[in-house]
Amino acid sequence: MDIGLLSQYLVNGLMLGMMYALVAVGFTLFFGVLDIINFSHGDSLMVGTFTGLAAYIALTEIGIVSPLVQVPIVLAAAVLCLAVLGAVVAKYLILPLRAAPPLNTLLITLMLGTVLREAVRLFYPDGSNPKPFPALLPTQSYEFGQFTLRVDNVIMFLAGVVVIIGVHLLINRTKLGLAIRAVAQDEETAKIMGINFNLIVLVTFALGSALAAFAGILNGLYYNEINFSVGLLLGAIGFSAAIIGGLGNIYGAILGGFLFAALQTIGAVALPFASAYKDVFAFGVVILIMAWRPTGLISEKVSERV
Amino acid sequence: MASLSPAPASLFPGLLGVFSITAYLTAFLHIESQIGTALLIVGAMALIALLVRFNALDHFQRSFAEREKAMNAAIVVAVIMLALVFHQDHFTLLLIATVMIYMTASLGLTVQFGYAGVLNFAGASFFGIGCYTSAVLTDGTTIPEVLIIVVGGFMAALVGVILLLPVLRTRGHYSAVITIAFALLFKTFLEVNDVLGGPQGLSVGSMSFLGWDFNQGIEIGEVFEASFYLNYVLASLVLLCLAFVFVRRLDRSWIGLNMDAIRLDETAAACFGYNITRWKVTAFMIGNAIAGMAGALYAMMLGFIAPTNFDFGASLILVSIVLFGGIGSPFGVAVATLIVVLLPEKLQILQEYRFLIYATLVILVLLFRPDGLLPRPVRAYFTGRVSP
Repeated sequence: MDIGLLSQYLVNGLMLGMMYALVAVGFTLFFGVLDIINFSHGDSLMVGTFTGLAAYIALTEIGIVSPLVQVPIVLAAAVLCLAVLGAVVAKYLILPLRAAPPLNTLLITLMLGTVLREAVRLFYPDGSNPKPFPALLPTQSYEFGQFTLRVDNVIMFLAGVVVIIGVHLLINRTKLGLAIRAVAQDEETAKIMGINFNLIVLVTFALGSALAAFAGILNGLYYNEINFSVGLLLGAIGFSAAIIGGLGNIYGAILGGFLFAALQTIGAVALPFASAYKDVFAFGVVILIMAWRPTGLISEKVSERV
Repeated sequence: MASLSPAPASLFPGLLGVFSITAYLTAFLHIESQIGTALLIVGAMALIALLVRFNALDHFQRSFAEREKAMNAAIVVAVIMLALVFHQDHFTLLLIATVMIYMTASLGLTVQFGYAGVLNFAGASFFGIGCYTSAVLTDGTTIPEVLIIVVGGFMAALVGVILLLPVLRTRGHYSAVITIAFALLFKTFLEVNDVLGGPQGLSVGSMSFLGWDFNQGIEIGEVFEASFYLNYVLASLVLLCLAFVFVRRLDRSWIGLNMDAIRLDETAAACFGYNITRWKVTAFMIGNAIAGMAGALYAMMLGFIAPTNFDFGASLILVSIVLFGGIGSPFGVAVATLIVVLLPEKLQILQEYRFLIYATLVILVLLFRPDGLLPRPVRAYFTGRVSP
């Protein structure tokens, strides 16, 4: 295969992997503090993208057209909206179900995802059709043979790296991060040490959802289109990525995200069947990985108290 | 409340209950106007609230629990009566048959979720495998249709075998991802695959049994002419009864006891020497087989199937039926299916909003009544007596 084409696939795969990793980090953060799976995460992402789109339309309406102003405001609107949504969901749907079996939490979040998806489809103006997402970043590109490097892709990827590093620093270097890690490790001890458990849970949900908003804006900018149903698949992919990485481990989630993107890319270009089978292939491999390493590649430390 | 007297409960409250429910359903299915339907629903809700308030339902429940055989016979008679009342009405008969087929499929999930505690978020996929088996076999072969239904169940169980190893090795959240991944994989596979019709789907041949073509209307002399859907109502009633009896027997048997132990505490069950693998495999295969058989009949009834019927959303509806009714409670599943399938069909205003409403309903149930509408009662260890 031509080296230019190969690098093209590599760049596309990296972009996808960045989005998946951001979604997977959210899943793994929620799992860390509460041992639950928030399956509405993918649909929250979609809500974030639609919020960004609405913010963009509002800005254009009032005459602000400079991308330099638009980009931060669109991002801020999506991130803020989702952070609030995440905290509200945690407070009213997830914390009340703490004593219930894990299946109930899984279901309530799956259903919340359906509610968000259907609400956007039914109540956003013409929400059932795909919407064009504006290209807010510079769209110049450089040709290297068969390889086209677009400036906006580079910006998006770098922004993703910055965000991931930011999360890493937040979790490992700040007092808030220490509290999140403490709650994840041992809830009761953390409470005894004077950590406000409920507050930390809400903050973690806000943080994870904000990451989803960021990933959602990246998704919109990358595909220049947004669809109400995008969340289900992205959520499932993010969940699979977090699971194959090993739940509760941020680096595992990032690894899982890039791995899933790699599987999709390999399924699309390198294997002898039609590229439409790429998701069949990727999910099939996920099932195989789970059969091989039942608690993910970087295993969560589990021991059962009887 | 525990029954203090050893005398068996009277049959009367139960029969009265079945009769009133049948009468109500007749009215509900018959009524055309939206306002009338809405009034009927509100009326039923008010009535049930009143009955619960004055504990009138206890008598009903006791007749059910203690005279189960007679009550089940009464329900079968009631369904046949209902079908005869609407014997010329295609749409209503189709609706009745659909409700019963969904009940059957949900019974399959009940074995998995409710008895052995195996999570399956791909119920609609296994249902779909039954549908596609039925489509392929009625088209290309001369296998008797009754056998095709059995083969549909067999195929669903067989495809389920692929998932066995990962399902057995993983636990909790990790096992959820496997069936979810399978559900997404299955729908994508159907859509991109040319052999099975791709996104356009396939047409399915009709059911027939010993020369009795189900797609012909029933005529007896000149007095009685019925829609051909009546055949399918009867067929799905038979399938539902078989599945129901089987699931209830399974629950009461030593196998059901083993599955209960495994669901409640896997570690403890393993310590006592229960074979966890065996019962999880059994439950998973049985559940998929029941869903597959329901699917095979459903495909023959509709005559046409497409991948969109079997997406992840459809699986979630099946799961919500099981949860809404009360996990592990076959009667609860029956009530929940009635509500979940009939309501949006009759209230056309709701049709567009049905997924939103299902989802909201399940969220409310989980928050305020986490055991479902009719929670599974504590197992009765002695015959003829309800546990308190």
